[in-house]
Amino acid sequence: MELLRNTNIDFMGLRKISFIISGIVAIVGILGVIAIGRGTTNMGIDFSGGIAMQVKFTQPVTTQIVRDALGKGGIHEVELQEITGGNQILVKMHKSEKTAQSVEEVLKQQIPGNPFTVESSTEIGPSIGEKLKKDTLIAVALSMLGIILYIAWRFDFKFGVGAVVATMHDVLAMIAVFYVLHKEVNILLITAVLTIAGYSLTDTVVVFDRIRENMHKSLKDPMFVVFNRSINETLSRTIITSVTTFLAAISLYLFGGEVINDFAFALVVGVVVATYSSIFVASPIVALWEKNPEATEAKAA
Amino acid sequence: MKGYTWRISLILLFIIASFVYLTPTLVDTLPSWWSGLLPKDKIHLGLDLQGGTHLVMGVETEKAVEGSLDLVATDLEDSLTQQNLRYKSIARVGNDKVQLVLYDRGSADAAQALIKKKYPDMQIQPATDEAGFIAMQVRINEKEAQVRKDRAVAQALETIRNRIDQFGVSEPVIQREGLTNIVVQLPGIKDPKRAIDLIGKTARLEFKLVDETVNAATATASSIPMDDELLYEKRADATTGAVSETPIVVKKKAIITGDLLTDAQIRIDSQYNQPYVAIDFNSTGARLFDQVTAANVGKRFAIVLDNNVYSAPVIRERISGGSAQISGSFTEKEAADLAIVLRAGSLPAPVKILQNVTVGPSLGKDSIHKGLMAGLIGVLLVVGFMAVYYKLCGMVANFGMVLNILFLMGALSALGATLTLPGIAAIVLLVGMSVDSNVLIFERIREELRLGKTPHAALDAGYDKAFLTIMDSHVTALITAAVLFQFGTGPVKGFAVSLSLGIIINLFTSLVSTKVIFDAYLERAHVKRLSI
Repeated sequence: MELLRNTNIDFMGLRKISFIISGIVAIVGILGVIAIGRGTTNMGIDFSGGIAMQVKFTQPVTTQIVRDALGKGGIHEVELQEITGGNQILVKMHKSEKTAQSVEEVLKQQIPGNPFTVESSTEIGPSIGEKLKKDTLIAVALSMLGIILYIAWRFDFKFGVGAVVATMHDVLAMIAVFYVLHKEVNILLITAVLTIAGYSLTDTVVVFDRIRENMHKSLKDPMFVVFNRSINETLSRTIITSVTTFLAAISLYLFGGEVINDFAFALVVGVVVATYSSIFVASPIVALWEKNPEATEAKAA
Repeated sequence: MKGYTWRISLILLFIIASFVYLTPTLVDTLPSWWSGLLPKDKIHLGLDLQGGTHLVMGVETEKAVEGSLDLVATDLEDSLTQQNLRYKSIARVGNDKVQLVLYDRGSADAAQALIKKKYPDMQIQPATDEAGFIAMQVRINEKEAQVRKDRAVAQALETIRNRIDQFGVSEPVIQREGLTNIVVQLPGIKDPKRAIDLIGKTARLEFKLVDETVNAATATASSIPMDDELLYEKRADATTGAVSETPIVVKKKAIITGDLLTDAQIRIDSQYNQPYVAIDFNSTGARLFDQVTAANVGKRFAIVLDNNVYSAPVIRERISGGSAQISGSFTEKEAADLAIVLRAGSLPAPVKILQNVTVGPSLGKDSIHKGLMAGLIGVLLVVGFMAVYYKLCGMVANFGMVLNILFLMGALSALGATLTLPGIAAIVLLVGMSVDSNVLIFERIREELRLGKTPHAALDAGYDKAFLTIMDSHVTALITAAVLFQFGTGPVKGFAVSLSLGIIINLFTSLVSTKVIFDAYLERAHVKRLSI
């Protein structure tokens, strides 16, 4: 079976549209990064510090009952969220002086007729959150640096920059989606983002590899022609790999359960964006940067 | 293509090794002949998969320095008294100094000489006149303070390990992290609250005389004499659970401390059926206890743990022999835990829980189930897709992917790495990426076939041309995985382990394992058309 054969799509010609789309996405992503830096978006307690508890009651409860109960016990600033399936409530508190234990005690006292078990509880002190933030920033910076160096060594500095810009684009796009949908920014999202960064690079490297090969083969062809040909030649591979990875990620999203849900969602978004960026972001940047011999000659003449 | 025997042997070897390492995980009870060097450990499951508690504790190392300066102050009091040097006060000020206030220059000089001899590491600051008294400060130098802090963390680690050992948790992880933090992982515990209480207790046991001259009921912290302190005795009513606090004024100076204990055991009082903790002193402790009880018959003696009075019995007679008991209104569990912390020793400094992640066992089981289910569905989808898209060659790729998963599980098991929920996600993701290598190769082969090459030549060219691309893509992925491993904690680390192992293994399976199948097949079958 074959999906595509001898396609001849003018990807480079589409660059104006793609740059506009990518630009908008990147700007939203940057807004998201600023919001994360200021802690104004939906921050997970990994970074802000606080308490998150998943409580499972034996009988149905509503968030209102739990909120009233906690309020009576002197716990006010709390986010509550119902978890689908089995009377579960997620209790979240940011930067709180309270402990998970005191929350448990208050619930036990105020809702006596409905015994519960604590399925999971996480308490993170603010100092750990700060350390995590710092570590994460270092991790992201280091991996980007490592990648630029590797690609610059294997290909060319221009390719390295193109690959990193495309990767940054993907990172921003994932953050943009999480920011717009107001999903929680936590350590698992960062993990997903770095994973996709790796995946996106893989994707970009494959296209670059073919471009380099074709550049050596046909020195006379204009840059855009070479780039278009290379992307078309690798297109079926790009799509098949994306499809298989997408299948794997979507099954995690659909069947992986509550804990892994947002993580898998980030992967699904990431796979799509990474595929797009290797074609529409990474390659045009390098193509525009490379001096096109015919174009320059034409100008000189 | 010659020489594929060694490649087949290598692959078979890896398959066998993987199965050997996975046997303890797959088989419930190992057969009797399974002994010696054969592995016996199951794959380690992360706390998110089996339930348990992950704690990060900060040791308040400042307190350890303060504590050792308090000891210096007490020691100087004793030494000056012994030498008949009169002083007004000796006490720690701030967190790195001890201040002495003396009556005249002469005793100040004598005290200075004494300190120089006893504590050569301390910096003595020049004595100053202060309203007719001579004030002198002794400062602990920064390097020495750092050494104490460091030792406090090491000691705390040891104490916590002792306590956990006695509490009975299988496979706990207790590690130092950074300068002042200690990480404790307790897989599969059912009562995390009890464990945290046990680990976090400073357990500083002190015996202090009660100051009967002060009326405790009306005393406030400011109204009591300088060398006294106000503590509370907490009692929980056995039937109602209500806690009452009784104030008690005691001498600040402890007569006996917990480090003079040799043993602590829980016993049950046969008369009242009440649990208590029986303690034994070492020879120094026994002698001190003997002296103190002899000198204070008829007075009250407070047993203080972490500044809470457990009980304050009247000394009826001289107690020699070096044993005593701590009774109070506690349950059997509390008494047992008290005995554990007393046996394991006190923490050199209080610890603060910075991070506490607890996953209930049922959520853990649920996560495993869902994670495996999602993984299986993902794998099946990809297998189906490859079989349809690349036909027979797709099946070879699928075989390579199954090998990938098998090798990865074997490697995780062999290295004693931990499988976490994000780890399962990493494996699923790898399934997608492992296919990528094969797709790269197959697409190249298709191109070569279109150019009219024979299956054999197309295959070789395909592998050749895809080789560098595969290397590049794997190395870049490995860079991010390595960074994640270095900087990640908990589940993220588990993810990074699975990912980086998977990348390396995939490099082997895609370049060696699948190739050898094609080679062997082409050599024997002399195919005219490749099913791709």
